[in-house]
Amino acid sequence: MPMQTNLQAADTIDHVHEGVIYSPFHRRTSAKNINQQWSVWNGYASTKYYADAHLEYFSTRNTCGVFDVSPMRKYRIKGPDAEAMLNRMVTRDVTSQAVDTVAYNIWCTDAGKLIDDGTLFRVSEDDFWLCAADPNFDWLQLSAVGFPNLEITDISEDLASLALQGPTSCALLKAMGFSGIENATPFSIMRFPFGAGEITISRTGYTGDLGYELWVDPADAELLWDQLFSVGQVYGIQPLGEDSLEMARIEAGFLAPDVDFHGSLHTVDRGHDHSPLELALGWIINFKKGHFSGRAALAKEKAAGKHRRLIKLDIEGNKPAENSILYCDKGCKKTIGYVTSAMWSPVVKANIAYGLVEGQYADGPIWAEIYHQKELRWVRKLAQCTRVTKPFWAPERARQTPPSDC
Amino acid sequence: MSNYDIAIIGAGHNGLACAAYLAKAGRKVLVLEANDEVGGLAATREFAPGFRASVAQTLPQLNRGLVDDLNLEKHGFKLALDAMPTVAMAPGKSPISITSGALSGASAEDSAAYPEYRRLLSKFADAINPFWHKRPPMIADGDMGDLATLGKFGWNLRRLGKDDMRELMRMIALPAQDLMDEFFQDDALKAALSWDCNIGSKLAPRSPNNAVLALLLRMSGDLTDGLPLPAGGAGGFTDALAASATSFGAEIRCGAAVEKVLIDDMSVSGVQLSNGEQVQATTVISNADPKTSFLTLLGAQHLDVQFTHRISRLRNQGYVAKLHLALDEIPTFTGLEKPAGRLMLTPSMKYIECAFDDAKYGGYANELPMEVIIPSLVDDSLAPVGKHVLSANIQYAPYAVKGGWDQHREQFLANALATLSQYSPGIESQVSAAELLTPADLEQQFNLAGGHWHHAEFAIDTWWMNRPTYGASQYTTPISGFHLCGAGAHPGGGLMGTCGANAARAILEDR
Ligand SMILES: Cc1cc2nc3c(=O)[nH]c(=O)nc-3n(C[C@H](O)[C@H](O)[C@H](O)COP(=O)(O)OP(=O)(O)OC[C@H]3O[C@@H](n4cnc5c(N)ncnc54)[C@H](O)[C@@H]3O)c2cc1C
Repeated sequence: MPMQTNLQAADTIDHVHEGVIYSPFHRRTSAKNINQQWSVWNGYASTKYYADAHLEYFSTRNTCGVFDVSPMRKYRIKGPDAEAMLNRMVTRDVTSQAVDTVAYNIWCTDAGKLIDDGTLFRVSEDDFWLCAADPNFDWLQLSAVGFPNLEITDISEDLASLALQGPTSCALLKAMGFSGIENATPFSIMRFPFGAGEITISRTGYTGDLGYELWVDPADAELLWDQLFSVGQVYGIQPLGEDSLEMARIEAGFLAPDVDFHGSLHTVDRGHDHSPLELALGWIINFKKGHFSGRAALAKEKAAGKHRRLIKLDIEGNKPAENSILYCDKGCKKTIGYVTSAMWSPVVKANIAYGLVEGQYADGPIWAEIYHQKELRWVRKLAQCTRVTKPFWAPERARQTPPSDC
Repeated sequence: MSNYDIAIIGAGHNGLACAAYLAKAGRKVLVLEANDEVGGLAATREFAPGFRASVAQTLPQLNRGLVDDLNLEKHGFKLALDAMPTVAMAPGKSPISITSGALSGASAEDSAAYPEYRRLLSKFADAINPFWHKRPPMIADGDMGDLATLGKFGWNLRRLGKDDMRELMRMIALPAQDLMDEFFQDDALKAALSWDCNIGSKLAPRSPNNAVLALLLRMSGDLTDGLPLPAGGAGGFTDALAASATSFGAEIRCGAAVEKVLIDDMSVSGVQLSNGEQVQATTVISNADPKTSFLTLLGAQHLDVQFTHRISRLRNQGYVAKLHLALDEIPTFTGLEKPAGRLMLTPSMKYIECAFDDAKYGGYANELPMEVIIPSLVDDSLAPVGKHVLSANIQYAPYAVKGGWDQHREQFLANALATLSQYSPGIESQVSAAELLTPADLEQQFNLAGGHWHHAEFAIDTWWMNRPTYGASQYTTPISGFHLCGAGAHPGGGLMGTCGANAARAILEDR
């Protein structure tokens, strides 16, 4: 069986889409987007904030919030060679991933540079979904060379998906009739009858809190939204825009492509891409599982130990260290790196940031050069940074099964 | 399960040369050959009762160094003919005979131009020759050996003298047609001389790429002053190689197809045969073509994504077919007293180009360009007394012919015979048996994916430090203990044993 990639045939495409694309939830999201604040994600209209980014953010920590993840790119890899092909592409051990579980994964170039990250769903022995924020069809096809017995399909349009995140998310799903959902362990998958077909619920998310992602046929998208918001009223449900999600993900310790790292296939200059070791993703590189793409380069880099390091910083004061340059001395004589993401964290009540620094300075003193405005006047400030090794935000309920109030 | 230092997959002439050098250096070597006889494309096989031929047959690239290093003459290697002339033929015109020294039967102008053509190209060939026999350098690694090779390359070019160096730089990527047009006038002469630029590649006289470099590779042999023809077919050469390897202690097993290379913890641990038998070895060297070696024997799961992609993109579809005819008597070729020499049935470069045009789109020409030799004229081991073997390379026979070779074999053979009969009227009635080997047949009978002369196209993008691709071009590969020694490695195809010898040297140096 020759490797098959299911793309729309060129002669069946009668026009090139111009302008923004609408998610299956658009009529609902648009109605709630009272200020019509949109950004564009993979060509789709994606809400920046519905009413107030901070209020929305707080729902992920105190009640629950819903984010439309339909613009994510989703691929189905199916066939007898699917496991071997994916195992050779990603850094974690796919052979030991159980059916109906999800694993956060990354994939690298031959040189061991990060291309992208995403979640790998094993829906059956030989059937996988790969979900990523950015398109990856090309890399999947390249990675399938030499693995003839599989089929790759872009299923992005076949699934409408919502992320439901926050402490009341489990209770809400239960109240909607998905009984047993409380028994879903982190990174597991469950299915329930829904609408005309089925809903897939995975205990996954991008906020670091208790949360789920819901996957349905686009025809059932509005039904799902409406049920969530009618039953969810008493669970404090809020729609989430990108701005609030960005805050939650920084606290949770998730990386954002094109913010914390540039995918290696998109960088131009030497050294502007990143190895996963630099990005503190060493924990998902499985050097024991056998070969995977980039392994030799990563093993070499790890042994040399000279790579840059993305570290978590707790910074004095309350001025977010956005775009700051980092130094190893208060006199700013030696630049050692820069801040990739920064915020004042409302739950942690700390001024937190990620700094990418040269390896040899990771454990020494670090100073951030912060520019901030006081009524339009720019002020420069040097703030001492403390390296933090524990996650900023990792509540017990995110790991509990069943979650405490369910 | 048996134990060796080194297992070599394939007893083609490169696998045998590699085995001989390694065994000579004291390594315990096992050669595993899928076929029932050694030699690969050079094996001499009986194609009809009493009639024998080898796919490859002349030795323009062989060097005295290899013959002496491996005592091949002691092991039975000899030539049937030192220097075979090349004869440019065209229907209705008198033939022109070409030797390394002179033309005969050509116009005064062409005859006058020939010595300068030979002088220049021989000088270029000599300047480049040492580099066929060295491990290609890797750019940007800063290795001293690599820098020395690069430095020496520059120095050898400079030593040509200013004028000739500039000419080499100007001529190196010329299409064969431009090169020939600069020197000669006669169409058949130009076509015959252009043949060695393009044979085996997906190139024709008007194609720019590696034509001149391929010509220089074809001129790299130094066994004799002309075109040597081995006694007993090319199998005479490979049998001597096998005897030499055995005399140094190598073991050779035929009928032993390797199914896969065994990997243990990222390193080679041996090979598994198609009958399930396993052989342990810490070094495995593959004489198979690069695509087979990496994608079939090793498997993409052991390789990185981009490397695998480069291997899978190698152009390995052959365009040369081989024809062997059993003849009842010596055929008569119009204009020749005796059909001795290498007869080029190529009236003009345009004729070759038109045949290429057909092949580009999956077809083949009615009138096929051919290179014909009747080796039995000087070698009576190849045919019963009084009978003869005609052996011809035919271009262009696309591997991926439209509809598959099963439905085209007869027509192609008929076209070849019709072409032959233009030069040798009545030859069809002398044919008692014919063997046509299309690239698809070569693939199947010699375990050679694509059936390509060079195993993978010999072109600028697959040359020197890029042969077969970077990451595998220094006789090392991304897999520790796994090496290439076949024509897909540097320097490329043709009988010279250099891929095998270079690989052996590289492996011995790295220990
Ligand atoms: C039609 C034609 C005519 C030619 N004429 C000439 C000529 O006149 N002069 C010249 O110099 N060159 C000629 N060439 C080129 C030359 O024949 C080749 O470049 C050369 O023979 C390659 O040698 P090799 O040892 O690298 O590989 P091969 O000769 O291809 O040998 C490879 C060996 O490996 C074996 N093998 C492969 N896979 C396995 C496996 N899995 N297990 C065990 N064994 C395996 C094969 O059976 C084979 O025996 C010609 C080529 C063609 C196609």
